[in-house]
Amino acid sequence: MTGIPVPSPRSRLLPLLGQVALGLGTLAITLLGLLLITFVIARVVPTDPVLSIVGERATPAQIAAIRDKLGLDLPLWQQFLIYVRDAVQGDLGNSIRTGQSVTSEIARYFPATLELATLGTIFGTLVGVPAGVLAATRPGSIADQVVRVVGLMGYSMPVFWLGLIGLLVFYGQLDWVAGPGRLDPTYDMMMEFTLTSYTGMILIDAALNGAWDVFGNAVSHIVLPAGLLGYVSMAYISRMTRSFMMNELGQEYITTARVKGMPEWRVIWVHAMKNVAVPLITVIALSYAYLLEGSVLTETIFAWPGLGSYITDALFAADMPAVLGGTVVVGVAFVTLNMASDILYRLVDPRARA
Amino acid sequence: MNLLEVKNLRVTFATETGQVQAVRGVSFSLGHERLGIVGESGSGKTMTGRAVLRLVRPPGRIEADAMTFDGRDILHAPEREMRALRGKRIGMVMQDPKYSLNPVMTVGRQLTEGLRLRDGLGRADAAAKAIAALEAVQIRDPRRVMDAYPHELSGGMGQRVMIAMMLIPEPDLLIADEPTSALDVTVQAEVLSILDGLVRDRGMGLIFISHDLRLVARFCDRVLVMHKGLVVEEIEAAHLLEARHPYTRGLLNCLPRIGGPRGPLPVLDRAGI
Repeated sequence: MTGIPVPSPRSRLLPLLGQVALGLGTLAITLLGLLLITFVIARVVPTDPVLSIVGERATPAQIAAIRDKLGLDLPLWQQFLIYVRDAVQGDLGNSIRTGQSVTSEIARYFPATLELATLGTIFGTLVGVPAGVLAATRPGSIADQVVRVVGLMGYSMPVFWLGLIGLLVFYGQLDWVAGPGRLDPTYDMMMEFTLTSYTGMILIDAALNGAWDVFGNAVSHIVLPAGLLGYVSMAYISRMTRSFMMNELGQEYITTARVKGMPEWRVIWVHAMKNVAVPLITVIALSYAYLLEGSVLTETIFAWPGLGSYITDALFAADMPAVLGGTVVVGVAFVTLNMASDILYRLVDPRARA
Repeated sequence: MNLLEVKNLRVTFATETGQVQAVRGVSFSLGHERLGIVGESGSGKTMTGRAVLRLVRPPGRIEADAMTFDGRDILHAPEREMRALRGKRIGMVMQDPKYSLNPVMTVGRQLTEGLRLRDGLGRADAAAKAIAALEAVQIRDPRRVMDAYPHELSGGMGQRVMIAMMLIPEPDLLIADEPTSALDVTVQAEVLSILDGLVRDRGMGLIFISHDLRLVARFCDRVLVMHKGLVVEEIEAAHLLEARHPYTRGLLNCLPRIGGPRGPLPVLDRAGI
């Protein structure tokens, strides 16, 4: 009975590889489903792609020629296959407004959103997790009440209002931060013409170029919108952390750690936190995904040229390829994040690896 | 001098509907012997054990006229002093290793953290001590168990790990709170004999909390019978089966006997207790 085989650390990682493969398979199927939906939407909505290209005074012959060029006379399933083939090769069609490839446009807009959402999530986690732990270890205390009220405000106050007030106070009155946009115009020109773009994320690119004045200006621009998104995600993360932590602190293994004479910081931040981390990973990933797709209002208020404002503008112009291309990218980001959190989850929780 | 002295211990929980007293004035003293505490669920036996370690979670409150361990006042001792006592001189084994071991830490880390953090031992020295402790609880493959996570162990193995963990600092007092209740009967016997041997060899004091009267009668020197937060009878374990108190008699009458009549078992008569 004492000879129960216990897997060696090396063999623990093997099933993990299998799960990554499985995850990639699921990813592919999910994306195929997503493409099918966007394809159907594109055929169902009452906008005529041909008409928006040729204009209202085109001759029937011109219309027919464009129809043929776009492949609209082929059977639907063939059109879908072509759509999938193109999408896999990174071709999401051309924008009707600009005539440019949607993929290259998104490649310019998405990094701005990624930069903002990532920074927001980092803020939210760095503040939200300690706040939640503080509240959980002193339930009913003043600290707990403060965390709860501040969190509730983040839940219930509309982002656009908070954003406007933030701009009014910190930019308009106090002049602590820079205003809307990603950079001041002069730095924008520098970024455009003299610096090499590696990622499209200004903070990273400026740092890689060693252009610290550009970096500083970018920080000054991003601090307010990222802080705002961080506040929203902090509200969610601190609440969840509080409830996860309360639950873990009631477990018997916590008593064991105390019986062993472990100091309180270790009981909370090592013994309990390792268990809290398991569900918390999913929460943070979800909140990150939410910021990636849902920061339209923030991007609008801060004139942030990100994916959210790209999709909104495209929507108002009935630019279907751009809208659907953006939707596909958001979908890919969402599914990828989910898979990443799944893998991380298994790394943290040995029980999920079996 | 006695190892542990408890006078009029009370554990109270403030709830919204008023005060609930889980322990209502328990007194006992303990030398280097085995003291059994028996009683039904809710009789306060577990809370008595945890109160000695001062590990009753809020809103629970511990009060007593006196509580001393090895001559030291552990009722008013600062938390820092209690932590030093807990890690080093008093240990506790709990009911179910499924819950009492941290599910996301390897057995090795849980066994060695006290040695490394408190005693400042290096990784290799701590591991060697932990492996020796696992061997002492008759685990055959200690190196592999060190790398295992609790869910990879059987209940019996988990409880041995728990015992090993508590015995590493060589405490003077071990509180065993239903250490075998979650285990299969055959495994129970193994774990008990391991516990028995270790306590005997090291001359520790033992508080053995259980609801199993026969087990306690066999395993302990002296028995406290608790009911509704009070000690109703204190008796030499050898004489437990001849106990006088109506509550103890009632409990004894409820035990099934091999070869006894097959009818329904008597129910504890709570009138007059």
